[in-house]
This record gives sequence, C-alpha cells and structure tokens, in this order.
Amino acid sequence: MFSYYFQLGLRSLKRNPVLTALMVLGIALGIAASMTSLTLMHIMGSDPIPWKSERLHYVQLDNWDPNQPYDQEGNPPDQVSYKDAQALMEAAKADRQAAMFKVALPIQPENPEVKPFLSLGRATYGDFFAMFEPPFAYGGGWDHAQDAQHGRVVVLTKETNEKLFGGQDSVGRRVRMDGIDYSVVGVLAEWRPRIKFYDLTNGALAEPEEFFVPYTTIIEQKKQASGNNSCWNNTAPGWEGYLASECIWQQFWVQLDSPAKAADYKAFLDDYVNEQKKLGRFPRPLNNRLLDVNQWLQNQKVVPKDVQVQVGLSFAFLAVCLINTIGLLLAKFTRKSGEIGLRRALGASKPQLFAQHIIESSVIGISGGAFGLLLTFGGLVLVRVLYKDYANVAHLDWTMVATTVVLSTLAAVLAGLYPTWRACQIAPAAQLKTQ
Amino acid sequence: MLKMSHLSKVYRTHMVETHALRDFSIHVREGEFVAVTGPSGSGKTTFLNIAGLLEEFSHGEFLLDGVDVRGMGDDARSRLRNEKIGFIFQGFNLIPDLNLFDNVDVPLRYRGFAAADRKKRIDEALTRVGLASRMKHYPSELSGGQQQRVAIARALAGSPRLLLADEPTGNLDSLMARGVLELLEEINRNGTTIIMVTHDPELAARAQRNVHVMDGQVTDFEEEPRLRTLDRDARTALATV
Repeated sequence: MFSYYFQLGLRSLKRNPVLTALMVLGIALGIAASMTSLTLMHIMGSDPIPWKSERLHYVQLDNWDPNQPYDQEGNPPDQVSYKDAQALMEAAKADRQAAMFKVALPIQPENPEVKPFLSLGRATYGDFFAMFEPPFAYGGGWDHAQDAQHGRVVVLTKETNEKLFGGQDSVGRRVRMDGIDYSVVGVLAEWRPRIKFYDLTNGALAEPEEFFVPYTTIIEQKKQASGNNSCWNNTAPGWEGYLASECIWQQFWVQLDSPAKAADYKAFLDDYVNEQKKLGRFPRPLNNRLLDVNQWLQNQKVVPKDVQVQVGLSFAFLAVCLINTIGLLLAKFTRKSGEIGLRRALGASKPQLFAQHIIESSVIGISGGAFGLLLTFGGLVLVRVLYKDYANVAHLDWTMVATTVVLSTLAAVLAGLYPTWRACQIAPAAQLKTQ
Repeated sequence: MLKMSHLSKVYRTHMVETHALRDFSIHVREGEFVAVTGPSGSGKTTFLNIAGLLEEFSHGEFLLDGVDVRGMGDDARSRLRNEKIGFIFQGFNLIPDLNLFDNVDVPLRYRGFAAADRKKRIDEALTRVGLASRMKHYPSELSGGQQQRVAIARALAGSPRLLLADEPTGNLDSLMARGVLELLEEINRNGTTIIMVTHDPELAARAQRNVHVMDGQVTDFEEEPRLRTLDRDARTALATV
C-alpha cells in the first residue's frame, strides 16, 4: 500500500500546485535557515580527528601572575613558555610530544618569475606529523635526528609546492627562506582541518600553514613567533632573556595511548610544577590541565555564543514555517473531505486513511527538504562569501545532508499529524451527500 | 441478508434531540431488489447510512448477512463494508483526478487484492457496464449516465453481496435513468441484493418490493416480492447511455 499512498500523495500535490508550492517553499525556507546555522555549529563543534582525539592531549601549566588569574574562569594559560616546552620535550614522558609555534618567514623562490613572498608556517617537532597525521603527497616528515641537529628541512603544503614547484614532486629540492636554504623532505596532500584545532590560540578558523620547519632550527635562528604572545611580568632584554621569561607563546601537545598513561602524565606535570615551585616559579596554586582534543575545543568555546543563538532563532523560524504548513495542510485536507468520506465508504479504515495522509505530508516534507537542501547550499555559499573566516567550515557534509532529509520529513510529518487526525475524523455519511 | 429490528437513531446536540429513525424494522432477503421510498427528511438516507455501516445506530438490533454489527469497532465495520457492500450515490462520487481504472480500483486496494486480481476484476466490471474501452479516461470526459455506470462498476468490482443505491438516477435524464435502472436489474438478476432509496414512484415500481418510510418509521411495506417483467425498451436504451 505504501507505493499506492505515495502515488496518491504525488497526485494530490499536482491537484493544487499553488498550495503545494506554498507548503514546499515554507518548509524549504525553514529547513534552509536552520540547516545553514546548524551546519556551522556542527562543523565547528565536530571532532576534527575522531580516530585519535582521545589520545591527543593539550598541556596547560599555570605559570601566571600570582596576583590575578589568567582569566575570569580560573583557567590556566592557553599556551606554555619556551623553558617549560623545552623541559617537557627533554623529559619525553609521552608516547609522542610536540611543542610548536607560528612563524613567518620570507621565501625567495628559485624561479625568478615568482616574486619573494612572506609565508606563514609552523615551527614544530618531527612528532607533529605522526601525531596529527596530515596526508603526504610526496616524502614525509623529519625524524628526531633532524630535531636534535637543528636540521634545515622543510615540509611544504600542497599550495606552497604548487606555487614554488608547479605541484611536482619537490622532495630533495631546496627552498630559500629568510636567506637560508631548507631541503624539502615532504609535501602534504590537501589538508585543511575545518577547525585548526592544534593552535586554537591563534584562531580556530585561521588559514592553514604554508610550511613546517623544525622548531629547534627556528629557535637557533632566533626567529620570534608570529602568533599570540602574552607576558605578565618584565622580561630580561635580548633573545636569551625572552627565552628565559615566563611569556607564553607556544602550544604543547602530547600523544598518550591509554588513560593510564594520561593519568601518569598528569602526575608528571604536577611533579614538574612542584619542582619548579621550589625554584621560585609557578607562584599560583597548582592548576595544570591535560585536555584531550574535544575537551580542548569545548574549553576554548570554539562554537561562539552567537552561532548557538543563531541556531535557536533559525529553529524558531522553522517552527513558524511548520505552523504555516499545518494551516495549509488543514485547508488542503478540508477540501479533500468529500474524497476522504468516499474512501471511508468504499472500505478504507481510519488507520489506512491516516497512513495515506501522513505519507502525503511526507511527500511534501521530502520535496521541501530537497528544495531546502538546495537553499542550504546557497546559504552556505553566501556565508562563505560574506564571512571569510567561515570559509573553511561553511560546507555541507553527508551527515548534514542526511540530517536535512530526516529533519524535513520529520517536520512535515509533525505538521501533518493534526490535519491528518482531523481528516480521519470526517464522518463519511455527511460528506457523501455533499460531494 | 439485512435485518433491522426496532432500530432507532437519535441525533443529539446540547439544544436539540432529533429522532431520525424510531422503532424501525425491516428484513431484506438475499437476492431481493427493494425500493425504499418516502418524502425528504423521512429517514431514508439515515437508514441507508446505517445499512452501509457509515453511521451507528442508537438502539435496536441490526444483522448484516448474519453478523451482528452492534458495538462493532470502526476497523471491523470498514472491513465488513468493504467486503460485503457496494455503494452507488446520486452524485456518482467519482474521484476527479483518477481515471476510470483507478476509480474502480479504490475499494479493491483496501480489500488487499493482488495486482493481477484487481486488474481482472476492474476489466470485468468496466466491461459489464460497457466502458472497458474508456478505462484511461477521466470522469470529466464522460456523460452523467456513463459516470454513474463507472460508479456501478466500482461498486460491483469487489463482488459485494449487497448493493446500496441512494437516488442512483436522481442526477440523470430519463433516458440515462432507464439505462442505469436496467443495469441494476441485471445485477440483481445475477444474485446481488439491492436496496435503492428513491422518491420516484416510477423507479420504485420497478423494484421487487417497496418499503415506505415516514417520520423515521416504516409505514407501509410489501412482505413478499412481486414478479418483475423484463422491460425490453429499457434494455435497448442501456446501450445508448
């Protein structure tokens, strides 16, 4: 009977094209508004590395001002100082670890036709690639020996490789950055995490890096970070003074392959800070954090409050559209009361009529959903055009496509429940005379 | 086939109580063609609605083909209606955006017949009323008489034991009316019980038995069916409708 009811639903839509168009448009607009905002929230709040997000942990140590907390909520600073990053790297207590910071270097291309340009990159350790698993098109990351020897090696992103080498395999080629030659050891394939989760401090929606170079090499070159840098006290002059300061400017990630290892590492951090306290550092109460990827995203409130408010408003709009649809369905089913009475007289039971009209409502919902999906695509394109920051997250994934279809069908079925129930209450005898 | 004993039907609002049927008794035997006559508001249509299980009654007893329908649930009534009763209405009541085939198909769908069986029944029913060649046409493309014949085909397709006709010729001119009546007589001759509500004495005279209703009660009835003669003129007219 399902296919029969489905055919009847289609016929019924054709019978009143204007009414049908109004209902489909109403659902489509409500769906598009809610799905556009929901998509932004979904992408921004979704797990960026689900296969290992529970094993990757962000380290926070509270080395801040004894007289005032880092923020009003009592969180420890969101970055670490150079000397703490170095101490943790040397201790090497995690399965993998990588300190990192954002750096800007001018690149002088071999090709004289390409002008030198300033490029943003990431200074980090070789473990970065094993921890965050960016895909490689050519070559790979560098090893611990390169970290130890301050190796002049570089991993290029796909875009940078396109710009410098026309997209060819450039492993072994040289790239001159700030007057120093680096040897290309790897070229990434397309890698644009929707949220730049490994460096939220410098912008969750920031553009991805253009290259990766060894942390130790950049420190040796005395290149300052180009990212966020915060200090709470005076620093000694010069590069060495800066490195010895309590200024925070680095991110520190560890990979811990079991909860037990995570607990051990947390204990290690506490021990480390307690030892440092004996040396006169860390004047605030012990407040270290070890958050996994999703906890870190939540802690940093990656989904802004206004996006959440927007989702609420858009669903309120969907509710208004559905109320409108309920009214139109009531009108439609009332016009059909003669036919409903006839079908009852010809043997249709109430459950059969209910099924028929709910399926008819679902047909409207699916049509509205399909049109709403198109409008959602359009809405997300508009978001990408109007808000450049959201360019990387305003994309519909399959989960959201499926959600759109389910939501629109559910919305139409909900909207259809009351009119359908009313239709089934029609007394057939009263209708047959008036047909 | 149908037996109502001391049946009553009361419509109540918070202000008014209307007795549509009171102490209404009738017995229609298998294979009969009964005409129910009476003035407007006498209760003819209420009787037909109750007979067709479209309305419930207030008091009394009603046996349909031996089944006591008192207190029967809505689903069971729908099933019984679908299996045993065919309806013919004054206004034809065809669904305008379904072609003839699909209109006749409606009760068969609810009966749960397989597709092949439905097709066979629809072909046979439309052939019987002389409209097999027009099964892809829509009701608006037919004359009133043809539409009523489609409605008869729809009523017959499920092989009902009882056909209820409410003023079946009320919207037709005399020629078409004769054709439709002739068709009903033929159906009755093949064994289907027919109860026809009409206010037309000429039509009623063609039935085997007349029951007169007044103020919700049977006031005059013939206990035994009359012999009916075949009206050859009417049979000839059938082909022209």
